[in-house]
Amino acid sequence: MKKIVALVLALALCLALAMTASAEGSVYYLNFKPEQDTQWQELAKLYTEKTGVTVNVVTAASGNYETTLMSEMEKSDCPTLFQVNGPVGLANWKDYCYDLKDSEIYKHLTSDAFALKDGDSVLGLAYVIETYGIITNKALLEKAGYKAEDINSFAKLKEVADDIQARKDELGVDGAFTSAGMDGSSDWRFKTHLANMPIYYEYKADGISSTEAIKGTYLDNYKAIWDLYITDSTCDPALLAAKTGDDARNEFLAGKAVFFQNGTWEWGNLSSMGAENLTMLPIYIGAEGEENQGLCTGTENFWCVNGLADQEDIDATLAFLEWVITSDEGRKSMSQDMGFVVPFDTFTGEYASSNALVAVDTAMTAAGKTPVSWNFTTMPSEEWKNGVGSALTAYAAGTGDWDGVVSAFVDGWATEYKLAH
Amino acid sequence: MEKAIKKYWPVFLLPTFAAFVIGFIWPFLWGIYLSFHKFVTVSKTTFVGLDNYFSVFSDPTFVSAFWFTAKFTIVSTILINVLAFALALMLTRGLKGTNVFRTVFFLPNLIGGIVLGYIWQILLNGILTNLGLPLLALDAKYGFWGLIILMCWQQIGYMMIIYIAGLQNVPGDLIEAASIDGATSMQTLFKVKLPMVMPSVTICTFLTLTNSFKLFDQNLSLTGGEPAKASQMLALNIYDTIFSRSGAQWKGIGQAKAVIFFLLVVAIALVQLYFTRRKEVQQ
Repeated sequence: MKKIVALVLALALCLALAMTASAEGSVYYLNFKPEQDTQWQELAKLYTEKTGVTVNVVTAASGNYETTLMSEMEKSDCPTLFQVNGPVGLANWKDYCYDLKDSEIYKHLTSDAFALKDGDSVLGLAYVIETYGIITNKALLEKAGYKAEDINSFAKLKEVADDIQARKDELGVDGAFTSAGMDGSSDWRFKTHLANMPIYYEYKADGISSTEAIKGTYLDNYKAIWDLYITDSTCDPALLAAKTGDDARNEFLAGKAVFFQNGTWEWGNLSSMGAENLTMLPIYIGAEGEENQGLCTGTENFWCVNGLADQEDIDATLAFLEWVITSDEGRKSMSQDMGFVVPFDTFTGEYASSNALVAVDTAMTAAGKTPVSWNFTTMPSEEWKNGVGSALTAYAAGTGDWDGVVSAFVDGWATEYKLAH
Repeated sequence: MEKAIKKYWPVFLLPTFAAFVIGFIWPFLWGIYLSFHKFVTVSKTTFVGLDNYFSVFSDPTFVSAFWFTAKFTIVSTILINVLAFALALMLTRGLKGTNVFRTVFFLPNLIGGIVLGYIWQILLNGILTNLGLPLLALDAKYGFWGLIILMCWQQIGYMMIIYIAGLQNVPGDLIEAASIDGATSMQTLFKVKLPMVMPSVTICTFLTLTNSFKLFDQNLSLTGGEPAKASQMLALNIYDTIFSRSGAQWKGIGQAKAVIFFLLVVAIALVQLYFTRRKEVQQ
């Protein structure tokens, strides 16, 4: 008898481990942006109070989204709403995406450019538009005797940066540019965002929007801007391998550097400097026609609805999303609290973003500058980015040469493209 | 007592056994199954036969990671065991403050590998900068020795404790007999003490060998495989294959690598056990 009791107890232990709860018609959002976790949690709670539908928001740790998504997707109550970063990310998940062609939210999208499509089906919708460039400390720039408006080409940018670098002691700065850190927390600014520039101009020259083999036409320009970043900098280029994103931000916040390549998402960290002291310059690389070049604007955040979830969960998710982009609470949260520029036609007037860096972009576009599109979503893989990053680091430190970067960029692209397709 | 064990064995065994099945056997079988498939999530797979295994051997990064791992394993196993044994000898002599030192040497082992990796990265980079040498992420040679230093620092204390336990179990009369017979302290060490602590040597080499071969956390945080994968070890290579590649086929290839990796670890461990076991003596 006791033996049986023991067996039962042991089995109960196993069962308890394997038990999972399930509910009908609920939403499970696997959020990508840790900095907006609180706002999503609040929205979810509010929606549940209003409608009684359970909304569960889980945020993946920074840099672990893909891993978290993979394991969460296995569960019986898997995420009904997740995100991919563009066409390359979609390659992994397209069999899991619900076709949003007939959904209400798709009808609110301001432009088809913000939808991820596969043939006729609409698999992902962008929910935030972001912009990056060279964030500039206006006050320091003026102290050095320059105006942001006058910098309209690579030559001019280099002239200003070189001059600031030469007079750094007089100006009280450590360098013109913040450290171009190549630690994992910062290297994406160069191996992904800066690398977008030569890709953008090459695509533009060739009239294409993606390629299986990049030619590297503008790599000399890439070298020029990278040289500028690492020479007119706050630190010795040999130390970049260990410099972090926080290092660069702190240098900028402390007024130790004038230029900081980053994007609108940094607003929350920089707002203490005051909107009047900040502006953003386009990243000039010396390509022809760059005086009309605007900031780099695009997105790598696309909502996807899990097509393998139960139909009632899919419906609940679509209803939730519709509420988020049409209700006052949802719109206020996304535009004001999260500071997003949201590409749905319901975000106008008071629901436009209050982000000062976004305002710079709006002004530039209004002045007739052409925004640079985000082509890094077509980079063949993470692996390719890492290869370029390693080569850039080695080049900066002098342990590698520029040919290494060229080879990682051009040959690496062809190899990685073949491997991924 | 024996009767009670006979009666209640399920209470003691089954929960652990269940945990072992859930946490080890089942994922392991799944892993083997998945290595023959193409998948993004493990509930939706397509059979591809041996394709994944063929791809593994045509991947140069796997082979170079293997050699890096092999070199690392050899150097760290020897260094850790020799140093740990030396420390154990010193700390079994009844010197003053022995317990304090034992604790001090054991402490690093209580800190997690990821944290240690980042701390040592700062320390070593600081030293390299002062010496005007390339940083850890720029030269695989420094990455390699950095990993060795880190692993020694972390593991020596633990192995030392095992050796101390072994040394304390060497019967005093044997050592006394040896000294009466006129053995020098070197002879006592190599002919009496060392054969007597062979079981500890077996355990310690097994632990260091497999730990070094499977090393992941420290590798990830100290060098991250930089520069350009030159300091990447096998476990990190597998992780990279699965998570930093785009496209469904890579998960299967990574899984196939993991199965090969498992076989390698088992083979190495068995060979090592066979050789050190043979040297063990009966008291």
